[in-house]
Amino acid sequence: MTTTPAVTEETPVPAVRREALHFALRNGKLVAGLVVVVVFLAAAVVGPMTISYGPNDYVGPAMAAPSGEYWFGTTMFGQDVFAQFVYGLRSTFLVGVLGGGLAALIGMAVGFTAGYRGGLVDEVLNMITNIVLVLPALVVLLVANAYLGVRSIGVQALFIGLTSWPWAARAIRAQTFSLRSRDFVDLARLSGVRTPRIIVREIAPNMSSYLFMTFILLFGGAVLVAASLDFIGLGPTQGVSLGLMLNNAARWSALQLGMWWWFVPPGAGITAVVGALYVMNVGLDEVFNPKLREM
Amino acid sequence: MLRLDDVSKVYRAGAFGGRELRAVSGVSFDVNAGEVVSLIGESGSGKSTLGRMILRLTPVSSGAITFDGTDIRALRSPKAYYRQVQGVFQDPFSCYNPVFKADRVFAMIKDEYFPRVAAAEWRERVEGALRGVRLDPGQVLGRYPHQLSGGQLQRMLIARAVLLDIRLLVADEIISMLDASTRIDVLNLLADLRAGGLGILFVTHDLSLGTYVSDRTVVLRHGSVVETGPTDLVFANPLHPYTRSLLAAVPRLHARWDEEEADPGETPCPYHGSPEGARTRPGLAEAEPGHFAACSGCAEGAGAPRKLAKEKA
Ligand SMILES: Nc1ncnc2c1ncn2[C@@H]1O[C@H](COP(=O)(O)OP(=O)(O)O)[C@@H](O)[C@H]1O
Ligand SMILES: [Mg+2]
Repeated sequence: MTTTPAVTEETPVPAVRREALHFALRNGKLVAGLVVVVVFLAAAVVGPMTISYGPNDYVGPAMAAPSGEYWFGTTMFGQDVFAQFVYGLRSTFLVGVLGGGLAALIGMAVGFTAGYRGGLVDEVLNMITNIVLVLPALVVLLVANAYLGVRSIGVQALFIGLTSWPWAARAIRAQTFSLRSRDFVDLARLSGVRTPRIIVREIAPNMSSYLFMTFILLFGGAVLVAASLDFIGLGPTQGVSLGLMLNNAARWSALQLGMWWWFVPPGAGITAVVGALYVMNVGLDEVFNPKLREM
Repeated sequence: MLRLDDVSKVYRAGAFGGRELRAVSGVSFDVNAGEVVSLIGESGSGKSTLGRMILRLTPVSSGAITFDGTDIRALRSPKAYYRQVQGVFQDPFSCYNPVFKADRVFAMIKDEYFPRVAAAEWRERVEGALRGVRLDPGQVLGRYPHQLSGGQLQRMLIARAVLLDIRLLVADEIISMLDASTRIDVLNLLADLRAGGLGILFVTHDLSLGTYVSDRTVVLRHGSVVETGPTDLVFANPLHPYTRSLLAAVPRLHARWDEEEADPGETPCPYHGSPEGARTRPGLAEAEPGHFAACSGCAEGAGAPRKLAKEKA
């Protein structure tokens, strides 16, 4: 997090951090969102360790409703939905974090540079952004996936990250462009601060919640693209994801058969994680913005 | 120390940068050590643009700005330049990053220029500088910008500039935000600094107190110098109608309004009415030693703007 990197001798780092933490802990939205994300993250990390069989093993009776033994019931083929859910959460978090994170990194690097430098640098970066933007990303993903034949979450995340950054770069560029002309940026220049530091310490903190929001959207986007790939059969050959579960449930008409326990958990899982991140974002905005804080 | 030589600035305006806007054209003047030069002109006349060019924040379109004989474009280290030349901007509110506490402007200077100074000693220096601009350190340190007034923020910026023992200060309308008593304190501070050898470019849009402390005056209009010279000469004997209208706009105790209302249209053009030999600078004629004025926009001025008679600001 970009928590106030106001590293000074007078207000030592611990004091600044403590203050941010103080306001963070008093913010209900931030805490609530964080709790939800942490619960799901814990389920994704710990859950699979407590289950002795794999998510796709046929372990129980087919189409069983939730019970004490199979908390989330079983699929049409007798697979444990809870096992699939926690393993699926794991790959969903992984694809979201890796794919969304890579896209955010590229988007920030391109957006900050283009917006701050302007001129020719901006034009060149803008051209590259536009090219990637109009590339039919899904088609590229399909072709690359099909030809390279590599089907792991890591590769999936890499392709998603490399193709989904352009809109983030554009948004960040626009924000940077408007912040660059503010006098406090000039004052930092007058204080002998170098460009990369000005971007990180003056400009980025002013759009920290914006950056976080961008990451959330990239995260969600990565999860959705991964689910689409899974649906077409280009997902990871091993394991499951929440997207794969949803699409399996749809494919085998879980809705029509009344097997709500098959599609509700993955759908709710995706919604809850992305929704909690969004609520956290609103809370973070209040923590970062001292004006909102006092109301 | 600082020399501007035929400096111009052209902004690209319009949707595709098609239109050009000449914010500054052909401005030349010097600021020497221990000298206060006031730059006067109505808003939009290019004063801030000039200040920003001197501070290397905006590139010069043509001409050259030199500091100690070195073109500031060719400087190897801007950081070393800013150790000697600082500015205080017009709008104090936008000079502070709203996310951080206001005293971060001091911390930035310490990080960059005084990393080895002990924290306690630095704090002492900051508090000293703040008292110098009549601020109570306890009242402004540790607060956020939105918790402070424009005058307080403005004075903190002055204190910030003072912390770096600079040689040139660009002060862009720094007293317009202050109330009368603080104004005098700040002007006294500037006078002290000047006595210590600081050169000051004092930018203002009216003939406020500041002009009375200045050694030389540069009157700017639509981006060009219309009159310049030692302040006492310019004020005692304003040659250009624009300068006169600025002076007439200042209420004075000892003079009645109607005495100020001399029609500027009747006086001869300070440039074309002067002998050829007096036209020693491009577009400027020297009427008295060091006192220059430009064409008033008379009939002889080719393509010059119309008469200024009615333009009383
Ligand atoms: N960044 C910019 N881009 C385009 N035009 C500008 C820019 N900055 C200033 N100008 C224009 O240049 C002229 C002079 O502005 P400025 O130097 O701020 O005047 P002053 O400080 O005397 O009020 C104005 O017409 C203004 O609109
Ligand atoms: Mg201005």
